[in-house]
Amino acid sequence: MIYFWAFVIGGLICALTQLVHIYVPRLTPGHLLVGLTVTGAVLNGFGWYDALIKFAGAGALVPVSGFGASITRGVLQETQKLGWEGLFTGTLEFVGLGIAAGVLFAALAALVAVPRA
Amino acid sequence: MPAIAVQRLGEYTVQLRQPPRIVGAFTLMGPREGAGPLGQYFDAIVDDDMWGEVSAEKAERKYLEHAARRALDQAGLAEQDVDYLIAGDLLNQIVSATFSARSLGIPYLGVFAACATSALGLGLAAMLVDGGYARRVLVATASHYQSVERQYRYPIELNIQRKETNQWTATGGAAAVVAPPGEGAGPRITRITFGRVVDWGIKDANDMGAAMAPAACDTLLRHFQDTNTTPGDYDLIITGDLAKVGSKLFRALVERVGVTLGGKHMDGGASMYGTAPWAGAGASGSVCSMAVLLGYVYKEMARGRYRRVLALPTGCLHSPTTWQQGDSCPGISHAIVLETD
Repeated sequence: MIYFWAFVIGGLICALTQLVHIYVPRLTPGHLLVGLTVTGAVLNGFGWYDALIKFAGAGALVPVSGFGASITRGVLQETQKLGWEGLFTGTLEFVGLGIAAGVLFAALAALVAVPRA
Repeated sequence: MPAIAVQRLGEYTVQLRQPPRIVGAFTLMGPREGAGPLGQYFDAIVDDDMWGEVSAEKAERKYLEHAARRALDQAGLAEQDVDYLIAGDLLNQIVSATFSARSLGIPYLGVFAACATSALGLGLAAMLVDGGYARRVLVATASHYQSVERQYRYPIELNIQRKETNQWTATGGAAAVVAPPGEGAGPRITRITFGRVVDWGIKDANDMGAAMAPAACDTLLRHFQDTNTTPGDYDLIITGDLAKVGSKLFRALVERVGVTLGGKHMDGGASMYGTAPWAGAGASGSVCSMAVLLGYVYKEMARGRYRRVLALPTGCLHSPTTWQQGDSCPGISHAIVLETD
C-alpha cells in the first residue's frame, strides 16, 4: 500500500509545483527549489512532514521538500542533545550525505558528458 | 551658406540619397537551422553546432568571423576594401563581434540591439556609405543556442523546462557587405526607420515575443506615416523574431489601428523551424533576422519574387539582471526597406 501512496503523494507534490511553475512565470526554477525546501522544513517544525514520510515513504522523501524536512529533523535532534548549538551542528546532519553525493556525481558527470543542444 | 539637405521623411525616417546596395551576403547556419524550412536558402550549414570548439562562446564567434569572411569573398573584396565592420551579438560586452573584429582587423563599430542587430547594422552601414563616410561597410552578427541560453537564462546543463512561449535561439552567423549603388546588382537599402524603445511592462523573460510586438507595431506605423505608404506598397513585410506568440499579438495590434497586413506579413522567427515542437514559439537570436533577410529575402529578391520588402527586425533589450530585479522587458524594432532595381 505504501507504494500506492508514494506514487500519489510524490506525484501530487510535483504536480502542484509544476502548476506554480506554469502559472507564476515570475518564479524561476531556483525560486521553486528553495520554496519547496523551505516548505518541507517549516512543515517538519511541527513534525507534520515526518508523518507524511511515514505515510508515503519515498513519495515524500524524494521531492526536495523531503530535503527541507531532513534539515529541520537534524536541527531538532541536535538541539535536544546540545541546546542552541544544535541549530548549527544539526543543519547538515541528515542532508550532508545528499549534498556530498550530489557534488560528487555532478563532478563525475561533468568529466564524461558534454552538453548538447 | 547653403542649407544642408536633410535626407529625412517625416519624423523618424531616413530617405537615402543614392541608396546603397547589399553587394555580398553570406549565411552560415547550424544543423537545426539547416534542417528547417528555410534551410535551402542558407549558403552553408555546419553539421556540428559546436563546430569543433570547446565552448559555445568560442563556436559563436567562429560563426560570426567565418560568415564575415565569406561575405567579403562573395563580394569579391578583401578586408582592406571595407572601411568599417559593424557587428553585434547577444553576449555580454558583445564579445563575439569584438573578438571577430580583432582577427578581421577592420575598424570596428560594435552595436547592440539584441535580435534587431541586423537592421541596426545594415541601416547604419547604408547611412555611412550614402553619406560618403565609408566606401563599403561589412555588417555581421551571430548567435548560438547554448551561449545565449547561458547568458540570458540557464546553462543548458541545468535542463530547465522550456515553456510554449520560449523561443529557441538560432545558431549561426550571417554577414553582408553594403556598398554604393554603382557596385553589383543586389537589393538597395532605400529607407530606414530606427525605432524607439517601447515597453508595455511585460515581465516574463520567457515571453519575448509579447515584449517585442508593441515595438514592431510602433515602428511599422511610424514608418507608414512618415513615408505615406501602406502594406499594399510592399511585396513582403517581414518582422524579426516575434515568433508565433509575438506575431499573433503584432497582427492584432496592427489591425486594431485599422491597418490590414493581409497575406503580406511573415515572421522570421516563426518560419525558421516550422512546427518543430522543441522550438517552442519559434526562433530568436541576433542571427535569426539577419539570416532570414540575407538568406530567404535576399535570394527571393534576386529571383524576382519580391521587389520591395519592409523588414522590421525586433529586439528584446532586457538583461538577466534587470529581469531578476523585477524590471520589465523593453522592446525595439528598426525598419529598413529593401528594393530591387
